[in-house]
Amino acid sequence: MPERELSLAETLARKLDYDQLVNCMRCGFCLPACPTFGETGLEQESPRGRIAQMKAVADGLMMPDDAFRTQMDHCLGCRACETVCPAGVQYGRLIEQAREAIAEHPVYPVRVKVIRNLTFRRLFPHPKRLNRLGGLVRFYQTSGLQRAARKSGALRLLPEHLQAMEAVMPDASGQGVVGLAGEFHPARGEPIARVGLFRGCIMDVLFARTNVNTVNLLTAAGFDVVIPDAQNCCGALQAHGGETEIARDLARKNIRAFKEAGVDFIVTNAGGCGALLAEYDQLLEEDGAIREDAAWFAERVVDVSRLIVERGRIPVFREKERRKVRITYQDSCHLRNVMKSGAYPRTLLRRVENAEFVEMAEADRCCGSAGIYNLTQPEMSGRILKRKMEHANRTKADYLLTSNPGCWLQMKHGTRQHPGESPMEVMHIVDYLWERIAEMP
Amino acid sequence: MQALPDGVIYPADTRQVSAVLKVLHEYRIPLVTRGSGTNLCGGTIPVQGGVVMVMHRMNRLLELDLENLTATVQPGMITADFAAEVEKAGLFYPPDPGSMKISTIGGNIAECSGGLRGLKYGTTKDYVLGLEAVLANGDVIRTGGKLVKDVAGYDLTKLLVGSEGTLAVITEATLKLIPPPKSKKTMLASYADLYGAARTVSSIIAAQIIPATLEIMDNATIRVVEDFARLGLPVDAAAVLIIEQDGEPETVERDMARIRDICLREKAAIEVASTAEEADKLLAARRTALTALSRLRPTTILEDATVPRSKIADMLLAINRIADKYGIQIATFGHAGDGNLHPTAMTDARNEDELHRVEEAFAEIFAAAIELGGTITGEHGVGVVKAPYLEWKAGPAGVELMKRIKQAFDPHGLLNPGKMFAAPARKRVVIDRA
Repeated sequence: MPERELSLAETLARKLDYDQLVNCMRCGFCLPACPTFGETGLEQESPRGRIAQMKAVADGLMMPDDAFRTQMDHCLGCRACETVCPAGVQYGRLIEQAREAIAEHPVYPVRVKVIRNLTFRRLFPHPKRLNRLGGLVRFYQTSGLQRAARKSGALRLLPEHLQAMEAVMPDASGQGVVGLAGEFHPARGEPIARVGLFRGCIMDVLFARTNVNTVNLLTAAGFDVVIPDAQNCCGALQAHGGETEIARDLARKNIRAFKEAGVDFIVTNAGGCGALLAEYDQLLEEDGAIREDAAWFAERVVDVSRLIVERGRIPVFREKERRKVRITYQDSCHLRNVMKSGAYPRTLLRRVENAEFVEMAEADRCCGSAGIYNLTQPEMSGRILKRKMEHANRTKADYLLTSNPGCWLQMKHGTRQHPGESPMEVMHIVDYLWERIAEMP
Repeated sequence: MQALPDGVIYPADTRQVSAVLKVLHEYRIPLVTRGSGTNLCGGTIPVQGGVVMVMHRMNRLLELDLENLTATVQPGMITADFAAEVEKAGLFYPPDPGSMKISTIGGNIAECSGGLRGLKYGTTKDYVLGLEAVLANGDVIRTGGKLVKDVAGYDLTKLLVGSEGTLAVITEATLKLIPPPKSKKTMLASYADLYGAARTVSSIIAAQIIPATLEIMDNATIRVVEDFARLGLPVDAAAVLIIEQDGEPETVERDMARIRDICLREKAAIEVASTAEEADKLLAARRTALTALSRLRPTTILEDATVPRSKIADMLLAINRIADKYGIQIATFGHAGDGNLHPTAMTDARNEDELHRVEEAFAEIFAAAIELGGTITGEHGVGVVKAPYLEWKAGPAGVELMKRIKQAFDPHGLLNPGKMFAAPARKRVVIDRA
């Protein structure tokens, strides 16, 4: 038996939370909730199957071979299984522990290795590099290079799924929200609370405009907004990918930044970031020096929609078009399954005057974006996306709204790949709402 | 409890199943047929290795016959999906095991699954009219049909229902459908006294009212279910009954009024679900009881002792007395209306001493159930878990006959070996009446 499997088995046995493995009583209630089981119908592609494999390895009954690694990689990490698990198994914790173990014994294909290295280590943890890259992308997009590259066919040298992502990439910014708008923004009217905006890494390069609109929406709803410039990437992609130590470092930096800013809430507009931020206490539970601050941080994390619905002065939103506009919403898995805040974006969308909110079938299912899943697992991601777009197109919506940058990119890609009968515009819910404010409170 | 098979096969149709069985038969390789693997008796564990055949790909609804009120369906179809399709056609398939969101029709037939509606509507066996099945040697048989009456020979349909994959591989089923009830009403009765709840069950039946659902949950169960489902259940109550009646609106009103009076006589606090959504939530929460109980301790061992429904109070008393005697933690919930209780022990498999006491306690609970005219398993099946106790219920001659039936179907013992019959059977516990 290969040496490498043996040492991975030992690492897994050490890292996996055995109580959680035992808590799973194999009832199978998670199977219908799992997108990869839904696509394949294979037990090993389900949460119950993945836990069984982890337990078999931990018990020494099975070697963690390539098939085992593949299964751990195939999981989207959407955590829809946790919401239906009557036994309360913390599956998200288990899959991250398994991936952390695997990351210590890497055998990724070159393509995946490059993507992992670039995203987890070289790029996302470094806001300056990201901004510089943003500037470069902006230059690429505005200088005519993009047009030239697209025209010349040079892009065809990229793998198909990277080409697809290039095609839908939004206009990048080299500045970010602080550069564009400044660090402090007073509330309109009497301030309800002082909130710190978590700007995110991808958000602040590719969606800096959305960050600016988030500030606008929050101040309109009555909040003082501060954007601590010392904050960093949240660490979610690293944590989900098994690079837990990098994630912990980033978490410590963020906690310090927001603690210094003295905020009542830490607001996110990206479900993927918010979910990890809200679990910083778990991520750092073994670090005695910062445990208390981590708990302080975690309990203040809230999604922008939820904060506005629960505490804000909600503005009047109105569609300007004469005909009645149809809108639909794709859940961010982590906003729904981890932050338990899936209801709030819908509450806001239902309030938009002259618009009809149409719920799409399986809106609560992962779109297949899942962090960098669409880059590392293009085949499975593509299958999940196809099904998603069938449901989306059936709503005949004019706007498909999201609350996470990964979902936005994937949905944008989806509308190109699988267009419906009529055009459907993909927008972040914050941008959509900000552009439709009819009356300030 | 776990075991690895030597291979896994996902057949697409009956022809493939037959071809696979011919090969396995020739080389004497064991076969375990499986749906979603949600059974509670270790029924689909490949304890002797061999091939596991998963029926998920054979998941089509082949026909809805609105003239004969039947459905013909492949075994891998998810029960909840099937029930939803039937409902779309304006009909009703009553069996609703707790696992119906993921369990399959084939698995339900193999285990003769019950559910919350068993009391009034019966269980899976009451809805299977005909089967197509593949025998151990690969031969295909068809039993029954779209027939209300059929006495041509032995009733092989009924024999295959609940045979736990030990006699043949079911590849198609014709199921009976009925018109749906016109209305329904659901109420929750909470009790400060567990036996008050149990006496209510017996009184309702004695008053000749047959509710569609009559479920009981004891305090430990209420607490964990509430923790998971957040319905506002009374977490201080000793027990609750979830009662549902369906049918013609006038009948439902009259029955519910009478049930209410009976509950009040036992000093229950009553709450009637005001919307269908509220009622559904209540029943959905009850379905999660078993798994939710597993939050309390690392290992959850669930049993399925069943008694005549007039003996519910006696059985509950016996369970609590036995739990105390062995110093273990048992929560009980179940289908009180049909006498089918689920005493569930919360323990830790790593604590050998406690585990041993749990086993002893359950042996005594089975004995108590049989003493009261009951059985060792009402709806979960024998599988591996209850094989040592089968003789207590069926008797030596009964088990011997069952073994000869098995021999006739499967002479080489290839179909789901190691299930149903244990060697040697466990010695019957003598009940301590002190």
